[in-house]
Amino acid sequence: MREKFTSLSTVGVPMDRRNVDTDAIIPARYLKTIKRTGLGEGLFFAWRYDADGRERPDFPLNRPSFRGGRVLVAGENFGCGSSREHAVWALMDFGFRAVIAPSYSDIFHNNCLKNGMLPVTLPAAEVRALIDALLAAPGSRVEVDLPGQTVKGPKGDVHRFSIDAFAKTCLLEGLDEIALTLKSSPEIDRYERERKAATPWLFRDLRG
Amino acid sequence: MATMFAKIWDRHVVTRRGDDVLLYIDRQLVHEVTSPQAFEGLRLAGRPVRRPGAILAVPDHNVPTTPDRAERIDDRESREQIEALRGNALGAGVPFFDISDPRQGIVHIIGPEAGLVLPGITIVCGDSHTGTLGAFGSIAFGIGTSEVEHVLATQSLWQRMPRQMRVTVTGALRPLVTPKDAILAVIARIGASGGTGYAIEFAGETVRRMSMEGRMTVCNMTIEAGARFGLVAPDEITFAYLNGRPLAPPPGMWDAAVADWKTLPSDAGAAWDREVALDASVLEPHVTWGTSPQDALPVGGSVPDPAAQADPGERDRMRRALEYMGLVPGTRLTDIPVDKVFIGSCTNARIEDLRAAAAVAKGRKVAPGVTALVVPGSGLVKKQAEEEGLDRVFLDAGFQWRLPGCSMCLGMNPDKLKPGERCASTSNRNFEGRQGPGGRTHLMSPPMAAAAAVAGRIADVREVAR
Repeated sequence: MREKFTSLSTVGVPMDRRNVDTDAIIPARYLKTIKRTGLGEGLFFAWRYDADGRERPDFPLNRPSFRGGRVLVAGENFGCGSSREHAVWALMDFGFRAVIAPSYSDIFHNNCLKNGMLPVTLPAAEVRALIDALLAAPGSRVEVDLPGQTVKGPKGDVHRFSIDAFAKTCLLEGLDEIALTLKSSPEIDRYERERKAATPWLFRDLRG
Repeated sequence: MATMFAKIWDRHVVTRRGDDVLLYIDRQLVHEVTSPQAFEGLRLAGRPVRRPGAILAVPDHNVPTTPDRAERIDDRESREQIEALRGNALGAGVPFFDISDPRQGIVHIIGPEAGLVLPGITIVCGDSHTGTLGAFGSIAFGIGTSEVEHVLATQSLWQRMPRQMRVTVTGALRPLVTPKDAILAVIARIGASGGTGYAIEFAGETVRRMSMEGRMTVCNMTIEAGARFGLVAPDEITFAYLNGRPLAPPPGMWDAAVADWKTLPSDAGAAWDREVALDASVLEPHVTWGTSPQDALPVGGSVPDPAAQADPGERDRMRRALEYMGLVPGTRLTDIPVDKVFIGSCTNARIEDLRAAAAVAKGRKVAPGVTALVVPGSGLVKKQAEEEGLDRVFLDAGFQWRLPGCSMCLGMNPDKLKPGERCASTSNRNFEGRQGPGGRTHLMSPPMAAAAAVAGRIADVREVAR
């Protein structure tokens, strides 16, 4: 079930890297769970901790001024690679509710919306300016306003973002998408009947 | 005037909502890592699996590849995930290939073997490499766990039509240059996010001449360029591969099915949002030096210098990659030693891949100090390879011959790199830590990986096999 998202005023955490992949967000060994919770401990594990398990002091998530921040500001192609939804679950379990980046992988972007996490897309130059401002003044705040579709940076700079209208409604209301789709069951039934008549070879089942 | 993707898309539209369509999903593949939370979601909501027979479940990511795995899996969490998959599949009436089933293997390899993947279908899996299956002329794509649950409950997904890209490959691949080299070259050209938002159709005489195995390798790695979908138009090679497989249309339906499939290829006048052309006749074997699949170079090249990169973000990324990889700019790629060699994965663990690697390994020896694994993609691939004597070739050369699974592609099972170890790998991702924390991955083709095993370093297979 997705969480509702409306707005957020929080410390902005800069992640000044491009192509941050989902293996980096949550290494594969943390995927051996049958739950959605508790994944925050593995978040960015290889970047947060050294080989001896000590926190790397210069990694943003470890810096005292960024602790507790709930919006991550990152480079291009965030969330590329594996389809693992655990990447979103790990970010949310750690406390993040929104990411701001110039671009995302398609699957990660979808996974965010399914869980009530807001992926904000802004032009590369505006993200660059946000990251620079957060690095220059660690601990400064970022405001994300979903109804108004704006991000307010540390210097009072306002950035408008666009989002699909339906995705916005789902985020604001925390809708259960499966329940919505099940209302289309009659159409799905009809589609299956017609397809089965036209292409019966698609409805043959395997024996386990 | 439509692309193949658009034709398949249109025949799967159940209903519409603004720019989105409810797309009917013909088939779903399920594995142990990305499905437990989906089945749990159904249970909590009291919802049944809508069409259990449309699904196939198999454990692949977590399974050990050693012979005693059917009796014992030491890792408790892996064991629990595999048990959860078994319970979920059997409980819902979903066909399930268990760990000791001769048909078990990597999800993207066993689907085609079963004849589950047909031209013109939609098929999904909670795994980004599902695009592999577009090689049959289908809409095949990776999804997250929430979407897995949605498909289990409704046999459909809300989707928006992606943009259309065509990559046309012409010219004959030179000896020992493979489809893997072609796709690495494409990714290097368009970049790790060049295909984001697109479906990519691979066309051209070079693709037409490729076997189904080669086409699957190409489509497998489209996600490494950011595209969820890779497609190849079906043709006689596709039909010959499918004929007689368990779920392929039986004789009474075969002719009607083939006639339908022949209507699928993109029309000559179809509009493309982007076109890319690649001349395969000048391609060299490719190797990656960095931590993104776009970091691929011809094997004759050297480690690039970030200082020569004008874009500061890219310069920073390259520096970070070289630091992680323990490499110095200017080093010849063929001077990089390797500790491990992995021949396997959904990219390159089909029979043709094993034959190509065995041809290089035959009569040679794995270099001292190098550990080399060959992991067939499925029980059926393993059986065929053994019938052809490939296992003996590998074992005589000093390679290990393992049981099927994802193995060393992703660091989720006992096959992984130790910190600092360097691997020549036929898999698909060279991300930091992908093959195990601190491990360093160089992506390449099966013959190139076999050559690296023999040479103990990255090597040009054309010299090793001379």
